Amino acid sequence: MSPRLLKKALLRVGFWCLIGILLLYAVFPFYYAIVTSLKPSSALFQVSYWVDNPDFSNYAAVLQQASFLRAIGNSLVVALSVVALALFLSLTAAYALGRVKFRGRGTVLMMVLGVSMFPQVAVLSGLFEVIRALGLYNTSWALILSYTIFTLPFTVWVLTTFMGQLPHELEEAAIMDGASPWVTLTRVLLPLLWPALVTTGLLAFIAAWNEFLFALTFTLTDTQRTVPVAIALISGGSSHELPWGLLMAASVLVTVPLVILVLIFQRRIVSGLTTGALKG
Amino acid sequence: MIKLKLDNVNKQLGGMRILRDVSLEIAAGEFVVFVGPSGCGKSTLLRLIAGLDSICAGDLLIDGRRVNDLEPRERGVGMVFQSYALYPHMSVYDNISFGLKLAKTEKTSLRERVLKTAQILQLDKLLQRKPKELSGGQRQRVAMGRAMAREPDILLFDEPLSNLDASLRVQMRNEIARLHARLGTTMIYVTHDQVEAMTLADKIVVLNGGHIEQVGSPRELYERPATRFVAGFLGSPRMNFLAASLHTPGASSLVESLVLGRTALPFDSSSLAANSQLSLGIRPEHVTLKAAQGTAGIAVIGVEYLGSETYVHLDTGQDEPMICRCEVHAGWRVGDRVELQVEIDNLHLFDADGTALRRHPQTLETPLDDIAQRSVRAGAL
Repeated sequence: MSPRLLKKALLRVGFWCLIGILLLYAVFPFYYAIVTSLKPSSALFQVSYWVDNPDFSNYAAVLQQASFLRAIGNSLVVALSVVALALFLSLTAAYALGRVKFRGRGTVLMMVLGVSMFPQVAVLSGLFEVIRALGLYNTSWALILSYTIFTLPFTVWVLTTFMGQLPHELEEAAIMDGASPWVTLTRVLLPLLWPALVTTGLLAFIAAWNEFLFALTFTLTDTQRTVPVAIALISGGSSHELPWGLLMAASVLVTVPLVILVLIFQRRIVSGLTTGALKG
Repeated sequence: MIKLKLDNVNKQLGGMRILRDVSLEIAAGEFVVFVGPSGCGKSTLLRLIAGLDSICAGDLLIDGRRVNDLEPRERGVGMVFQSYALYPHMSVYDNISFGLKLAKTEKTSLRERVLKTAQILQLDKLLQRKPKELSGGQRQRVAMGRAMAREPDILLFDEPLSNLDASLRVQMRNEIARLHARLGTTMIYVTHDQVEAMTLADKIVVLNGGHIEQVGSPRELYERPATRFVAGFLGSPRMNFLAASLHTPGASSLVESLVLGRTALPFDSSSLAANSQLSLGIRPEHVTLKAAQGTAGIAVIGVEYLGSETYVHLDTGQDEPMICRCEVHAGWRVGDRVELQVEIDNLHLFDADGTALRRHPQTLETPLDDIAQRSVRAGAL
């Protein structure tokens, strides 16, 4: 074998090794969660990487808990509301920021970006006061409000960028056709922004679905909890026992819908992240 | 009848004066072309008329009504954009009908109008297609259809052909001319392509640096340019300019110039002082070449063969060579020495500011109108 070919082969091997490591790093925790969830509690502490006899008792147990199903329902309501609200607000904001030239536009954009840099913990107590004052404590609205606040900077920025890339003449053509700004936005620009909307909407959904800190702080009762908190609060028979099987089964149950969502919209996301990068 | 009138229109943008005191009258049914180098303000002027930009000072009147503050749709204008700007997610039918729908047109008459527009533009078979499934020329026609559908009184075109390749451009140019003949709509057309300007226009408006240099028929502009800028802008290859000076001013001038020597020319220079700097303009096609004896005459320094004609470059001692348009058979070669013959009737004389000196007789002998009053128009639909 010539040195050239050898080098090529070695590079190839190295490439696949790297991919293997990355894959292991990204997928293994989730895989191990699945494996654990399929074991009866008696087999939990035998380390194995494969399940010989899948045991669904953990899933059955989780799904029998009314509070867990309730939490999933809450999470769905919260996450979907956040997506709807955030997309509506950021779309209209992006139209103003991306299409209308006005003084202070750059400042507004920088402020939006700056606000998004505050860590959650820093605003937690302040936000708590706001929510108490508004009488939203221990309701889904408390979460919808706080998640929307934290999602908006991102969605506004992404949509503004996309909006700015749409050709100006398109909007002018709509104006010549007699379209009002609202009609221009909804009938002309919106259909072209679908990939961006799907991308940002999905990311907002994931963020709201997974959020833990606010959910723990702003809700009190089982009826208002969202999934991440519900999982964290699953407890065993005694304070010394952590029901790993149940926890893992619950985690898998709430992660799978996300994975499916991402897979469905995968192509949209990719096209959303790249359109505009090239003349399309 | 005056359709559109601009009265001392000014436009400023970020401290830059883009248009300065532009006044212009456009008659109903006229085809007017705004032409000029890039940055001359021609597109801005069109956008002011469309209502996409606001007028800083001055009045814009359509049918005698001041429309400065009206929305584009209230002005009765339609516009075709350079990039077509078709709505990519809508079919041809929806693209054309969008404006009508917004105007709350009744359903049956909407359909009728779209079909009629599509028929005029030969888009009948493409109505269900999306813009991305159309060729460049078809997209161009859809863009025109969209502008026409609401039956505006004035159609505006912003460099509509600049995205097409050369052969399609000629074809679409003829289609636009036919369309104008058929609809009789007032059309305003912006281009930097002088061929489009010359072939399409009833009236050409030459803009330069935000003001109007000259307004007139293509023939007036070509044969009687009012300024050196207009003379140099229209015509390809462009007019040759020779440095000259005024020997004796008067109703008829004695001019001392490069190449031609001292000549009496029928231009009125009585307002100028003797020895003023002038420039003498000669179009390439108005020069006839003859072989010179020995080392006399002017050297040929370049020959461009174009198939139908040849451009011969002569060394006059100026920076730019003088270009003459010759027949192909003449067979001039680099290094030949030639003598020039120019027709005095076809000379132009400009003063140091670039203003053309009055020639007598000022009027053209053959009526300006007829000659080729749009050969395209004669063969209209």
